[in-house]
Amino acid sequence: MTKYILNRLFHSTLVMFTISFIVFFIMFKAGDPVELMLPPDATQQDVVEMRAALGLDKSFIVQYQKFLSNVAEGNLGNSFIYGQPALDIVFERLPATMELAVIAMIVSILLGIPLGIISSIKPNSILSRIIMFFSLAGISVPVFWTGMILVLIFSVILGVLPSSGRGEVYLFTSAFTWDGIKHLIMPVITLSVFQLALILRLTRTGMMEVLMQDYIKLASAKGVPRKVIVYYHALKNTLIPLITVIGIQFGQLVAFTIVTETIFAWPGTGKLIIDSIQNLDRPIVVAYLLVISFIFVAINFIVDVLYTFIDPRVRV
Amino acid sequence: MALLEVNNLKTHFFTRNGVVKSVDGISFSIEKGEILGIVGESGAGKSITGFSMLGLIDSPGKIVEGEILFDGVDLAQKSEEYLQKIRGNEIAMIFQDPQTSLNPVISIGEQLMEAILYHNKKASKKEAYKASVDILKLVGLPAAEKRMSSYPHQLSGGMKQRIVIAMALLNNPKLLIADEPTTALDVTIQAQILYLMKKLSKDFESSLILITHDIAVVSQLCDKIAVMYAGRIVEYGKKEDIIFNPKHPYTKGLIECLPKLDDNKERLYQIPGIMPSLLGLPKGCYFKDRCEYADGECDVYPPEQEIDGRRIFCHKAK
Amino acid sequence: MKLFKNELLIEYFEDKLAVVGLFVFTLLCIFALAPAIFSPQNPYDLAQLFLENSFQGPNQNFLLGTDEQGRDILSAIMYGLRVSLYVGLASTILSVIIGFSLGLISGYYGGWVDTIIMRIADIQLSFPAILIALIIMALWGAGIGKIIIAITIVNWVYYARTARGVVLSEKEKDYAQSAKALGMRNFAIIFREIMPNVTAPIIVIATVRIANAIILEATLSFLGLGVPITEPSLGSLIANGYQVLFSGYWWTSVFPGIILMVLIISINLIGDRTRDIMNPRLKR
Repeated sequence: MTKYILNRLFHSTLVMFTISFIVFFIMFKAGDPVELMLPPDATQQDVVEMRAALGLDKSFIVQYQKFLSNVAEGNLGNSFIYGQPALDIVFERLPATMELAVIAMIVSILLGIPLGIISSIKPNSILSRIIMFFSLAGISVPVFWTGMILVLIFSVILGVLPSSGRGEVYLFTSAFTWDGIKHLIMPVITLSVFQLALILRLTRTGMMEVLMQDYIKLASAKGVPRKVIVYYHALKNTLIPLITVIGIQFGQLVAFTIVTETIFAWPGTGKLIIDSIQNLDRPIVVAYLLVISFIFVAINFIVDVLYTFIDPRVRV
Repeated sequence: MALLEVNNLKTHFFTRNGVVKSVDGISFSIEKGEILGIVGESGAGKSITGFSMLGLIDSPGKIVEGEILFDGVDLAQKSEEYLQKIRGNEIAMIFQDPQTSLNPVISIGEQLMEAILYHNKKASKKEAYKASVDILKLVGLPAAEKRMSSYPHQLSGGMKQRIVIAMALLNNPKLLIADEPTTALDVTIQAQILYLMKKLSKDFESSLILITHDIAVVSQLCDKIAVMYAGRIVEYGKKEDIIFNPKHPYTKGLIECLPKLDDNKERLYQIPGIMPSLLGLPKGCYFKDRCEYADGECDVYPPEQEIDGRRIFCHKAK
Repeated sequence: MKLFKNELLIEYFEDKLAVVGLFVFTLLCIFALAPAIFSPQNPYDLAQLFLENSFQGPNQNFLLGTDEQGRDILSAIMYGLRVSLYVGLASTILSVIIGFSLGLISGYYGGWVDTIIMRIADIQLSFPAILIALIIMALWGAGIGKIIIAITIVNWVYYARTARGVVLSEKEKDYAQSAKALGMRNFAIIFREIMPNVTAPIIVIATVRIANAIILEATLSFLGLGVPITEPSLGSLIANGYQVLFSGYWWTSVFPGIILMVLIISINLIGDRTRDIMNPRLKR
């Protein structure tokens, strides 16, 4: 067990290194930031001095080493726009993003799995067909389109929900205040629709396959009640592989906060990255990519380890 | 009164391509402690017959006609709730492939114990545990206590089949249905499992329905034999009569097919052709296209006859 | 073989929703193929645009209204549909070719080739496609060719994995082994024997991924990182319209959005049905 965890840990570290390299390589190739950093009337002399001061005149390898040691110290440079350390800005915005992603994930799981089970038990019933049609629509609707339609209906036409901002924040989340909840509703729905539909469909397919297995029939032949067979025997087999999917999908959710936050002017990292890309604020982009990558790698690691505890077949 | 009496049972599947009459009007009965063998090729409707006894026919299949009198009660008319109390309790079943018969993510112990706990609400977990360990010992599983916490993937096929058998015997059923219980096992283990089942059904005073394609197995274990072909029983009677004096050309063929050690024939006998698709059955006797005795008379499905103490459906049998 | 294919077709037509999906998709494709024939105006010919027509709601002259330049939304949709479909199809074809080849090579040769290709795939799969595409587009800037390549870069992995998986299982089967024993050259074995078995799953995935590619393009365009403003796709039309949504000019974004949604749903209906037909395990 320990060996396996260490192995995964090593693998995760390796992936993180690769990512840091790719991110650095992209920035290296993206060209010289100095001209952006200096005022327009700077002389050629200023440019050369600035480049030397930032170490940009050194070779790729040397610069990469410098970059890594900076990362280790948590120093990713100051934002060109905000003038503060880039990492601080990203961390400051992170709770708002995580709040959206976590709540959307919870909503998707709590609705997606039960609806998936219902539609798998009697796949040809009218209820199942309705659920399946909506789930098809769910995976077909682009995130930004859902967000827009919600804004149009609830903000522009009905005027009942606020179209932007995070509302009143208590502790670390807006989920604890009425004003905050009102601000959360539309972004969370926007973010959840696709995930919900996906989890629903995966649950349904998994359940349908499992319910055809011999061991389900044998459980019936043993006289185990149908409810127990569906909600325990079959569900357990279906949910185990779903854990991996949910882990990966959480990463998707975090990524799609970029779209949601842009539409709802949500003050999280997603809005930050789009603004920073437009403003060519390179330190923020680098900090964002590294932090988000770390989150993804960490989730993958946790899911891998969790899986071995939950699935008896891979228990080491 | 017979323990189980099946009368004119019909189980049909309503598929897109037409009605598949997997079981089409079969009748047989089994006394207490008796062993009945149901023999036939795959697709003859043997397994569906077994599942019909327990009401385990999945959509689009349905029992459309007939009686399944178990202790005088017609199971074909009973509700799902009633059948659930019968299943695994009074009638238990053993499946063909032990590799797929056990739930891969639930421990062996739990799978055994639930068979007791859902039928005997008064039993405590402790009692169920003890009973499960005892039965594992009885089927000859080594290190029974340790196996309780094992998962299926940790065991061999033979061990799993012993567990499946143990599971079926837990509640001391009156009737045991074994669907090709040894087909998926190594030859060396097959005999062990078969004799274990015979011994246990005698010890437990259970009746046994043994479903198999292997007439050799039937000839060793059974008291009675029903030969099925394309959803119908073609010959049914006492083992001695059927094995030593088969009357139906199909039964004769099956027995001819068996290799004999004292026989130096170069090739084994084969029944020519294959069983017709259940969606494209010929008019008249279903076997006529493969039968060397068939003539114009066989264009009508043969009526039931009693010949030499057996029930038979053949115009040519005397 | 002929009969077999016909049977599959007949089975496809047994599902009414899938037939509707196919019909709608075909219709949209026709509009997209030749928008000049069907559209009331050429929305990119400035000589045909009149500012006095700007922001008209849906009416007799402009069925779906106009935008701020007096451009007919219906015509813009037909041209935008063409861009969206082009990006979706082109990127899918490219990713199939690349992913399929890499997957075949990876699965057939194994060893370090396999390790490298699959490691890259693994790392890439642990990242959301949209994030990777977003970064690529942020570096390169908008452009139709660029977005096709960006989508190809994120999508080849799915085909590579599938192709590899099938090759690995087929490789063990008797015919591949005997072909090898008969001394057929390596590549001949791959293409002649294994290819037909890989195509079915690839087709199924490709159908679903076309829809994904179109959504990805639309999303990037919505964020301003997709196709250039001069050749708007459905996504960029929606983005344009979104800017004036609060002023009440809802038709500029809602209609392109509806068409996008209908397009994706129709493709997914086709994809679902294709998968059901080709997956014998779920059949009864």
